[in-house]
Amino acid sequence: MSLFNQGEKAYLMLANGQIFEGKSFGAKGTVFGEVVFSTAVVGFQETLTDPSNYGLIVTQTFPSVGNYGVNSEDNESDSTHLSGYVAREWCDAPSNFRMEGRIDDFLIKNNVVGICNIDTRCLTRVIREQGVMNGVITTEDVYSKKEELLEKVKAYEIKDAVKNVTCTEAHTYSCENAKYKVVLMDFGVKKSTIRSLTDNGCEVTVVPAYTTAETIKSMNPDGIMLSSGPGNPADNMDIVENLKEIQQLGIPMFGICLGHQLLALANGAETAKLKYGHRGANQPVIDLESGLTHVTSQNHGYEVLCDSIDPETAAISHVNANDKTCAGIRYKNINASTVQVSAAFSYDEFLAMMNKEVK
Amino acid sequence: MPLRSDIKKVLVIGSGPIVIGQAAEFDYAGTQACRALKQEGLEVVLINSNPATIMTDKAMADKIYIEPLTLDVVKRVIEIEKPDSVLSTLGGQTGLTLSMQLAEEGFLESHNVKLLGANPETIHKAEDRQAFKDTMEKIGEPCIPSKVVETIEDAVDFAQEIGYPVIVRPAFTLGGTGGGIAYNEEELRDISKNGLRLSPITQVLIEKCISGWKEIEFEVIRDSKGNVITVCSMENLDPVGVHTGDSIVIAPAVTLSSAEFNMLRTAAINIVRELKVEGGCNCQFALHPESFEYAVIEVNPRVSRSSALASKATGYPIAKVASKIAIGYTLDEIVNQVTGNTFACFEPTIDYVVIKFPKWAFDKFVYAKRTLGTQMKATGEVMSIGTSFEQAMLKAVRSIELGLDTFNMKKLGEISTEELLKHLETVEDERIFQVYEALKRGISIDKLHEITMIDKWFLSKLMNLVNLERWLADGELTEEKYNTAKQYGYLDSTIERLSGQKCPLRKRAVFKMVDTCAGEYKAETPYFYSTFDEENEARQFIDRLDSDKKKVIVFGSGPIRIGQGIEFDYCSVHCVWTLKEEGYEAVICNNNPETVSTDFDTGDRLYFDPLTKEDVEAIIETEQPYGVVVQFGGQTAIKLTRHLADMGVNILGTSADSIDAAEDRERFDEILEKCGIPRPQGHTVMTTEEAVKAAEDLGYPVLLRPSYVLGGQNMIIAHSEADVVEYMGIITSTMIENPVLIDKYMMGTEVEVDAICDGKDFLIPGIMEHVERAGVHSGDSISIYPAQNLTPKIKETIIEYTRRLATELNVVGLVNIQYVVYNNEVYVIEVNPRSSRTVPYISKVTGIPMVDLATKIMLGSTLKELGYESGLYPEGDYVAVKVPVFSFEKLQDVDTMLGPEMKSTGECLGIARNFEDALLKGLVAAGYDLKKEGGVLISVRDTDKQEIIPIAEQFARMGFEIYGTSGTASMLNNNNIETKYVNKISEGEQNVVTLLESGKIHYVISTSAKGRIPARDSVKMRRKSIERSICSLTAIDTAQALANVLESGRTIDDVELVDITKI
Repeated sequence: MSLFNQGEKAYLMLANGQIFEGKSFGAKGTVFGEVVFSTAVVGFQETLTDPSNYGLIVTQTFPSVGNYGVNSEDNESDSTHLSGYVAREWCDAPSNFRMEGRIDDFLIKNNVVGICNIDTRCLTRVIREQGVMNGVITTEDVYSKKEELLEKVKAYEIKDAVKNVTCTEAHTYSCENAKYKVVLMDFGVKKSTIRSLTDNGCEVTVVPAYTTAETIKSMNPDGIMLSSGPGNPADNMDIVENLKEIQQLGIPMFGICLGHQLLALANGAETAKLKYGHRGANQPVIDLESGLTHVTSQNHGYEVLCDSIDPETAAISHVNANDKTCAGIRYKNINASTVQVSAAFSYDEFLAMMNKEVK
Repeated sequence: MPLRSDIKKVLVIGSGPIVIGQAAEFDYAGTQACRALKQEGLEVVLINSNPATIMTDKAMADKIYIEPLTLDVVKRVIEIEKPDSVLSTLGGQTGLTLSMQLAEEGFLESHNVKLLGANPETIHKAEDRQAFKDTMEKIGEPCIPSKVVETIEDAVDFAQEIGYPVIVRPAFTLGGTGGGIAYNEEELRDISKNGLRLSPITQVLIEKCISGWKEIEFEVIRDSKGNVITVCSMENLDPVGVHTGDSIVIAPAVTLSSAEFNMLRTAAINIVRELKVEGGCNCQFALHPESFEYAVIEVNPRVSRSSALASKATGYPIAKVASKIAIGYTLDEIVNQVTGNTFACFEPTIDYVVIKFPKWAFDKFVYAKRTLGTQMKATGEVMSIGTSFEQAMLKAVRSIELGLDTFNMKKLGEISTEELLKHLETVEDERIFQVYEALKRGISIDKLHEITMIDKWFLSKLMNLVNLERWLADGELTEEKYNTAKQYGYLDSTIERLSGQKCPLRKRAVFKMVDTCAGEYKAETPYFYSTFDEENEARQFIDRLDSDKKKVIVFGSGPIRIGQGIEFDYCSVHCVWTLKEEGYEAVICNNNPETVSTDFDTGDRLYFDPLTKEDVEAIIETEQPYGVVVQFGGQTAIKLTRHLADMGVNILGTSADSIDAAEDRERFDEILEKCGIPRPQGHTVMTTEEAVKAAEDLGYPVLLRPSYVLGGQNMIIAHSEADVVEYMGIITSTMIENPVLIDKYMMGTEVEVDAICDGKDFLIPGIMEHVERAGVHSGDSISIYPAQNLTPKIKETIIEYTRRLATELNVVGLVNIQYVVYNNEVYVIEVNPRSSRTVPYISKVTGIPMVDLATKIMLGSTLKELGYESGLYPEGDYVAVKVPVFSFEKLQDVDTMLGPEMKSTGECLGIARNFEDALLKGLVAAGYDLKKEGGVLISVRDTDKQEIIPIAEQFARMGFEIYGTSGTASMLNNNNIETKYVNKISEGEQNVVTLLESGKIHYVISTSAKGRIPARDSVKMRRKSIERSICSLTAIDTAQALANVLESGRTIDDVELVDITKI
């Protein structure tokens, strides 16, 4: 927050009634959401535009956001998706050769209500100890309407998350000398995922989340990628049903994040909400085959329950080194593997799977 | 992989004396390494010539050799101890180079010793310029256009090809010694000549100059399995062109977008993978400020100053983890001690910003060239942690002890804008203050960026401070203003000064925990920093702990500087250990990232914050300690005494009043009179006029110094009125708050005593005698324990005077007293009721745990209870000689002539059965070459001419050729010592400089009545000998001692190596 740009007052109230008083930044108004925190130091613009953050009020633990400003290249999608944004301080004089604007203006333009100048460390610890909970950010006086707001906070639910972020029609991203044709199912896809595939010699066709097996079959892809995305995976039973058919096509499948969870559901596993999610750039994931630990970016609030995975059909390939939750599955009955990360640390396995089929 | 079963006994090689570029960070790393190895049940053998370190403490290793770090000596230790492994990567460049030599010669293999930490191939690929370039090319990592050359002509040819300016980097030199930027051929010839000579393999790298690019560092750790993580990113505020050791550094990198950040992170990981580093590694990059273009500057496959900083910045103990990796563990097997339930195989993330701010010695070396470049000049550094850049910067400026609490520097306010901008064109140590001054004068951020290439982000942040200060000064000091200023990091006293008003309220800092994970996991690290916020995590921590132990706060000694070095950290750490043993909760406050004291598991709690009144107040409020300890933190902690006492804090040990009595000239004089102890006559003066009058009254020569200083800062011997006037001019130009002391100067034998007192009894572990007579600062003197040349009567007098002083001052704990013996009379020069730089060495050689005892006494014990008699402790069988080490080659234009102002940066110890052997060892450890033939150039002042005759004769007798300048030569020839006459610089083309360059001279003995000013012939001659690495002696006594050692005919091979744990 800039010294001579003393914002108006803003408040963050949590479902437990705790109120943080701060200053407004970004848009003004009142927004509800699920309050989470991300420990990534860089990548605030990616966070703001990541469809996976639909319905969330995201807190940045790093105290200064917007240091390098916003630019038109780093968006993960064409708009913002989160409900609200919390930071300790924002930078009003950003500096970077690609910088095109300030975070504050970007939030205003995208109508994201933000709050700054609060003890984000304290907030983080509340979420860590008590678990993710709903909250409201408002630029109106919170005290006079506390009970009314609190009711709304408690009643808040993230609904139709995938429906709200998926594309409405298919579009193709070509790539010079493409070796593979990939259908990318958009549950809330990030541009960086598309870029990773095209960089690896894939022509990518992004299709809506509800695309049927039949349609995909008709496109005759070498591989199917299941994207990351927002919300509770179990809210998407229609997609899960769809996936049960898609996986029978025999086309290699690769999934990340929500895609990982949805395919697990399609194979009879269960998902559950994590106490406070995995959001950051430093999540350690152990590859059980090589024994190596990868440092990964993650952004999710749910896990696939290890015990629910049927050893007949699938095996856990990766675990989170911190809490030992499932971080990757390799399937036995179908040609598929998935990882619980928001950006795959390696596409080698997917490429190898496709390579085998192409040959 | 768990602990390797083939490792049982490990030799750890330390880094030796503290020099610029290699400082306390290696004691921190080495101590962590030794502890990690011992935890695993391994037998640890240690060699390090530096006695002031904690790693050379008996608790740290099973066998300890405080011996010269030369190849031959290390080989002998290996032959004696027969370790199965050598750990190479924890002892800085010194340890790494020695290990590599041992490996390359096949010595390790033939003695069945494994090299742990790094294999020679990794080291070669990282350190040999060409091999490094080839490796980087192979994996597609861009390097700066460069070429390795071995001759000046090749350097010039290549520079023509890539265009000036070019950077010259000598291979295998410490802290870039001998490097520099050349803007034209003449400069290139000059620099590369020097660089080639300094490089042990006569190799320099000529490289395209990319000054102005961003300088970004990553600390990376890799294990044998191939797991790699980056611990921390760091961005230098000063762009490429300034050595990273001289840069203000911020962690994490702040001006990089995710794309740039990840590009460099990936590059760092690729490099470390390719080099197959097993342990810590530092990767430095240059990043073009306007594109994604980058280049790898340098890779250090070992722990370093940066890794110490990264460890303290994140809470991730790099050296400890690197040691465990070296003995077989992998990152996923090592528990993250901070959280207690995650593993070392994860990347720390932080929710604050960290600043490192260098500490230079230019306040002491007033004539040194202050420009910064590729040669590191800082002697130490501070670190600060804040929730904003501004807050952290203000903390840093308070910690660095320049007498500042903002970036306003008074003297810069007095120069013209034109002059200011001219200063900014070159990089100087005061650049950040110059930038601040320029911002205040309305120079635009764009313009300043253009001149300095400092990123606009940093400049804008500094501008925030300028604006805030203006706002404070303008109108009423409202609560809003006050609260904002507090958040930005200003002290109440600063706010009141800037606003001219009383603070409307008093807001106290709260403390947040450094936990490696930005709060994601519950952590148990008792490591805190202050900020202005809602929740006080330290308070909660203390409440949760609900301990019934009494709490004691130990104040540390801040940044390492000349005169206040690692010794004080040794004392602070020992005090903490003893407090813990005695059942107290020991809390440390300090701000130096290089040290053991700021390792989070040294004390029960660590507060990483500035050591100013208000900062300390907040800690005391949170901790509510039973008592505090100030006597181990050097002058930094002592300065707090009065304030703490006024606050009603219980100061353990010697009282504030006694400390004041020792430092206040008049009160001290009264005590001496009462005790019947003589001291050199003296006066206290405030102005030049008073000083001149006092000097005439005392009679020349006189000694001048400001009161309340350490390390003889700004102390001189004046031989004439002109000297007094020049000196007072310098002193009064900086802030004069304390008076100047002026004393009669007595050129006698200097004797030093450290004593432990309980208010009634006193124990002197040993009396030390200095080789150099009074006039050379005690820190720069060669010091001998036990004293060799004192009569029993003199010794008795010293013991008696010590008793009287200790009793009269009511010392409880440690006291350091300096005496001069002149015409068989003992005079007191100085009494410091606190620990001193000789405490670690005397503790080690006498076996008396001085800090332990002092701490126990402060807690109420008596010497008797602890089993010690009053008086002098019986002398041991060994003689220990402490030899100072200087960093002159790194500080251009500094006169090397020793005097009352301390100049050494570190020290070595020689231990042997007799004085000559101990001195021999000490000299070898300190880097003296001890050549037995060649030329000796002598040029001494008139007062030394008589005394130099026997020394010259001695050298002549040994077969040395004697050279002398006019006066000295004719005097020696008159005394039948054949001496070749050499022109002074002004006397002809063939002169002392050409003689020194000819390579014929191996020793220079030079004293002059006046020195300091770089333009003087004598200073130039001494500088030249330093540049040519010629042994340069500037005190007659040192020359005499060295001549004796040479004449003894003994070499280091003849002297027994001593395991000090057996003394």
